[in-house]
Amino acid sequence: MTDAERPTPNVPDSLTEPAGPAVGQDEWVARHAERRLLRGGRLGAVEERLRAAPWWAWLTVFVCLAALLPVGFSSGYVRRVAFDTVLYMLLALGLNVVVGWGGLLDLGYIAFYGLGAYCYALLSSNQFDVHLPTVATVPIVVVVGAVAGWLIGLPSWRLSGDYLAIVTLFFFQIFIVVVTNGDHLFGHNVTGGSNGIGGVDANVRPFNLFGHDLPVAHSGSFNVAYLYVVLAFFAVVFVLLRFVNESRIGRAWRSLREDPLAAELMGMPVNWLKLLAFSFGAAVAALSGTIFAALNAGVFPTTFAFPLLITVYTMVILGGSGSQAGVIVGAIVVNVLLELLRDAGNARYVFYALIVLALFGVYRLSVRLAVVLGGTIALGFVVHGIASAIAKSNVDGPANGENWLIDGLRHWVIVPRDLGPWKQITYVALIGVILLLTLVRGWWRVALLVPTLYLAAFVWENVMLTAPEATRFIILGAILVSVMIARPSGILGERRVEIV
Amino acid sequence: MDDFIQYTINALTLGSVYALIALGYSLVYGILKLLNFAHGDVFMVGAYIGFGMLNLLGGATSPVVPVWLLLTIMVATAMAGCAVIGVAIERFAYRPLRDAPRIAPLISALGVSFFLTYSMQLLFGAEQRDYNAFSLDNGVLFLKGFDIGNVRVPLLRIVIISSAFVLMISLWLLVNRTRTGKAMRATSFDREAAAMMGIDIDRVIRFAFVLGSALAGAAGVMFALRAPASVTIGFVAGLKGFTAAVIGGIGSIPGAMVGGLMLGFAESFTQGYVSTRWSDLAVFTILILFMLFLPQSLFGRADISKV
Repeated sequence: MTDAERPTPNVPDSLTEPAGPAVGQDEWVARHAERRLLRGGRLGAVEERLRAAPWWAWLTVFVCLAALLPVGFSSGYVRRVAFDTVLYMLLALGLNVVVGWGGLLDLGYIAFYGLGAYCYALLSSNQFDVHLPTVATVPIVVVVGAVAGWLIGLPSWRLSGDYLAIVTLFFFQIFIVVVTNGDHLFGHNVTGGSNGIGGVDANVRPFNLFGHDLPVAHSGSFNVAYLYVVLAFFAVVFVLLRFVNESRIGRAWRSLREDPLAAELMGMPVNWLKLLAFSFGAAVAALSGTIFAALNAGVFPTTFAFPLLITVYTMVILGGSGSQAGVIVGAIVVNVLLELLRDAGNARYVFYALIVLALFGVYRLSVRLAVVLGGTIALGFVVHGIASAIAKSNVDGPANGENWLIDGLRHWVIVPRDLGPWKQITYVALIGVILLLTLVRGWWRVALLVPTLYLAAFVWENVMLTAPEATRFIILGAILVSVMIARPSGILGERRVEIV
Repeated sequence: MDDFIQYTINALTLGSVYALIALGYSLVYGILKLLNFAHGDVFMVGAYIGFGMLNLLGGATSPVVPVWLLLTIMVATAMAGCAVIGVAIERFAYRPLRDAPRIAPLISALGVSFFLTYSMQLLFGAEQRDYNAFSLDNGVLFLKGFDIGNVRVPLLRIVIISSAFVLMISLWLLVNRTRTGKAMRATSFDREAAAMMGIDIDRVIRFAFVLGSALAGAAGVMFALRAPASVTIGFVAGLKGFTAAVIGGIGSIPGAMVGGLMLGFAESFTQGYVSTRWSDLAVFTILILFMLFLPQSLFGRADISKV
């Protein structure tokens, strides 16, 4: 009997769509689904239609858009950023297996990425004069990664939760120590120590797929072929992991994540499932490492450090752990944001645009919005006027560059020539008022928001724009905390992730 | 023999610093069952507060106050400042997540740790800072002291070790001999039952953060007195502190002291007798083995999970 012939049981509609959370469904998800059902009108219909589209349609659309990007942008920089973003997506996909599906907090994830990169570098560079063909290297590295993941996953048999997290973090530290001091490994120079391995085949015997050589630089700038390589890898891994997740293994992972004890009592091979999750994640990370090493024509220990781990975690958490689509969104948002923050001019636009957008999001078009915006602008001019009346030389505004935003800001925000201790004082004060903001409600919040915004603009112009590197990471940390508190399921996540 | 004594002194200094950090982890983990990842960064901030006070009071070469008062002020302000930071972290980053699944506060803690590290880098730069402790009192703190064999034991080391022990003993008395301490022990034993007995849980948790962070602040100043500090010291020191707490048994105060000292000895002796390059490798391997095979450790109780 096929599915079509099977008689459908006659169940009233009210029972097929339960009002409360279904079995295995988080309460937050249930409430969200209810809200969605309530949304009517044309927008609601479009949303329903979009939601009904199958995942492979979304994937196809995304891959096509990404593949068409080089048509619109000829600059090597933009293409390189696109490449990085897709590489981050690939990395985040792997992390999503361990954290999002398996529910295991793996803080050693970047070690596998580094392992993949170093293996590739050793197998195709002048370090030992080994130059294997790419079709051999990549599978070898992926297998090495999977085996390493299997081994590092072994402690998960005995440890869980925080202890597992810290042990994986120790393995990560060991990896860093070994790689950084690997130029004296039993008297041999294996990893090149802190200098890394520089002579990875780049132009003579480069990454090679289907008989085509892919030199890393194409007439002096980023070779766009690498964007297609990483995109193809991403699509393949995405589909593979999707299938795994919809198979018995995927369902078992979910049960393991929700309640390991119950899963074990139901007869699931919990320990093997954990190892599988670890080695799937590690294999994906190692694969990403090969492409990274191939394109950069070198590997250096400082790349594979704690900040990178936090970056990838932020992508997974922000996008919504457990959701593959969320990984794509998270990687795009985080990497594009980080890239924009590199340049002070762009960063300035991003900052003010995000503030205005956030205010719109919170207050919509209301009196409060008008009060906050008007109040902040007025306060700025008043403060600026008073300050310039007292000490003219100290309020000359941001002098770098000429555009409408800077022209406007010049009469609004104070930019002292010499900040002195005010750098630290205003920054700490800003953190203080932002924290205070979360405690007050209603008009008190509106009243407090006005000086906070002005202070934020002051700190942004005077302190944070001068140190973009630190600013980027501060923002990542802030994203992690605020996502966890405001919306633990991330942008697209379907359920909270639990670790026991 | 001289080497051995030298390494022992280093181990005791380093170990007492680790022990102070471990106590903070232990207090918080005992009550909240939360690995407070940001604790190491609070320690780092403590070192910087000490630095700020030192600068404010004229620097190490020409302080405006006598050196014993200078050191006391540095430690006291670092403790106070870190206590404030600890309370703020608890209030804004952990309390909203107290009933959330366990991964949530852990990730929030990672975020806080990252935020603190790079905020300090933003404000004070990434370069190493040195208290220039040798100039304190014209080097008397280093030149004075007593000899064991041919090894000079500087006064400063003795001050560090003994004040660390004073702090640890006063913490032990606080937890075991006072009413608040009793409330803390009750809360760590069973939070819900303690709440039903009329113990103000929020207050107890806040107090645990105050104590833990204050100890971390003191440890930060002590650490920076013996070696230059940068914004990244918090990460590894935090890791080691946590493991010291695990070795000694999470939630046990004498355990944290013993764990910290053991770690100090392990690190100092591998650095001295094996190699400085690989000392971290040795320490981390010991830590992993300990976590794997003796997670209940020396003074803790085995956790039995109930369904």
